[in-house]
Amino acid sequence: MTAHDPSTPILQCENIQVQRGGKRILDVSSLEVVPGEVLSIIGPNGAGKTTILQALSRLIRLGKGDIYFQGKKVGADMAPLDYRRCLAMVFQEALLFDATVYANVASGLKIRGMNSSEIVTIVNNRLDQFGIGHLRDRSAKTLSGGEAQRTSLARAFAIQPQLLFLDEPFAALDPPTRETLLEDLNHVLRTSGTTAIMATHDQVEALRLSDRIAVMNEGRIAQIGPPAEVMNHPVNEFIASFVGVETIIEGRVIKCERGTATIAVDKNSKTKSAQAFPGAVPSLAFTGETGAERAGIFLLEAAGEVRLEELVYCCIRPEHITISPGGRHDRSSARNAFPAVIDRIIPAGPFHKVHLNGGFPLVAYVTVQSIEDLDLRAGAAVIASFKATAVHIIRRG
Amino acid sequence: MDIIFEGIKQALSLLISLDPEVMGITWLSLKVSGTATLISLFIGIGIGTTVALTSFPGRQIVVSLINTGMALPPVVVGLFVTIFLWRNGPFGALEILYTPLAIIIAQAIIATPIVMGITLAAMQQLPQKLRLQILALGATRFQMVWLLIKEAKLSLMAAVMAGFGGVISEVGASIMVGGNIKGYTRVLTTATVMETSKGNFDVAIALGVILLLFAFAINLVLTRVQQRERPR
Repeated sequence: MTAHDPSTPILQCENIQVQRGGKRILDVSSLEVVPGEVLSIIGPNGAGKTTILQALSRLIRLGKGDIYFQGKKVGADMAPLDYRRCLAMVFQEALLFDATVYANVASGLKIRGMNSSEIVTIVNNRLDQFGIGHLRDRSAKTLSGGEAQRTSLARAFAIQPQLLFLDEPFAALDPPTRETLLEDLNHVLRTSGTTAIMATHDQVEALRLSDRIAVMNEGRIAQIGPPAEVMNHPVNEFIASFVGVETIIEGRVIKCERGTATIAVDKNSKTKSAQAFPGAVPSLAFTGETGAERAGIFLLEAAGEVRLEELVYCCIRPEHITISPGGRHDRSSARNAFPAVIDRIIPAGPFHKVHLNGGFPLVAYVTVQSIEDLDLRAGAAVIASFKATAVHIIRRG
Repeated sequence: MDIIFEGIKQALSLLISLDPEVMGITWLSLKVSGTATLISLFIGIGIGTTVALTSFPGRQIVVSLINTGMALPPVVVGLFVTIFLWRNGPFGALEILYTPLAIIIAQAIIATPIVMGITLAAMQQLPQKLRLQILALGATRFQMVWLLIKEAKLSLMAAVMAGFGGVISEVGASIMVGGNIKGYTRVLTTATVMETSKGNFDVAIALGVILLLFAFAINLVLTRVQQRERPR
């Protein structure tokens, strides 16, 4: 490995485009990756995640644009083969050779013409690192999905890549296998300091591994930044819904002072919630209803710099909404508290997804335990509350 | 029934005594068909792999042609090879008609499309992304193709089997371009045809048994290799 100044990017690309069948399937104006960084690329199917990996690794031909590796232009200052020999790639399918696990892990080194005695040491190290030393002489075709993917990762790391590309490496694995492998990969990535770019459609994976997350849509990078920024401050409603914001409501700024905005939400206003409230809004008769609410207008308080009369989307992540029993009605504690009726409760693993109707639809995550403790069920009257800082505002335009 | 028992008895004694004429015919058959198969492997795997890994206009037609070629009737091949090698034909000057070389040429033409077709199918069955994976492992174009061929080796073994089995048992082309000349171009199949027509069933049966043994032995060896390679 060559020593490299950590402040300059290891990988850089400018205006890369890929066409297929006359259609532009990738169009990235610029991307920089610094040494040791782990970048995740998330996005829906067909967003171009696989294409960007294959373009950056020069496995497919670029329609336009250049890639720079450690400041050297691939194809000009550096032969594409030399570039490919600095990187490794792991696909969703393990794509192992019909040979032993050992031979598979050794294959990249053999391709580089390394002699067998050197190969043995490196391969044995990698086998142990990924916990597959005992499978050394097994035929690759007899491995389970998890073992095969471990072999594929060991094969990729055996060549000590300076740049590792991962194309949904865990998508075909069952959850417990994925969990342990994810942990092991994270450990190896961090201890070796390998720069990695991973495509995934699983944001949890992305959050666990990455320093930065890029969201792709229709062949373009729609947003790139640290995980917390992308999760909590999506720049548009597409990204918001993709990164798990369940409640996206249209509103209008009616007041703003000292970083706090008041946003009016009409009960008939459109929402972009993942599952919009079906049917008509039932009339709610709660004590303590404000005059505005009685008129079908709800006021949300949000932190953020906006202008008066601006049209916005209010984004609220489901984990930021708290549900309390309807009887204990205390509207003063949180900035935003709305009486609501539970529309339905959908189990979603460790928590339940509670769809609420507070005049406008809201989605909250509630732990399984809380559902029991609070005796929540469809039709129950509750208070949904969330802080002003939990409301992320996106300008509508 | 007598005729069969007598024939088998006689055949066994010819085999056990290693009758020089029968052995000579057998050896020639092996040499000719073996060489023809070898030639077909080079051409068939080469072109089959190229067609499988590239895309070009008219590829569909080429694939159809290869598949049609797999069922090429030996007599048609014999006819055209004869015409080409005929004294006044395009390659008449070479004077190789009615020589073992002529049989090798005809048999190679028969076996090549078979090997090509099986190679093509085998390479197309490999996962699409395997090519990218191999490139990502740092392979040159040549290394990539070689690794893909290695990956398809079990299917390619079947191509060897089918190719050799096809030409060693083929009679039409061999008799047309070889002429069944005693001690020169007489192979197992052409000898069997001749001895049968002469009513020498014992010799014909002996030759037939040898042919069957070959077919059996070759398939046994290749099947064993395939079984060993197959994951347990």
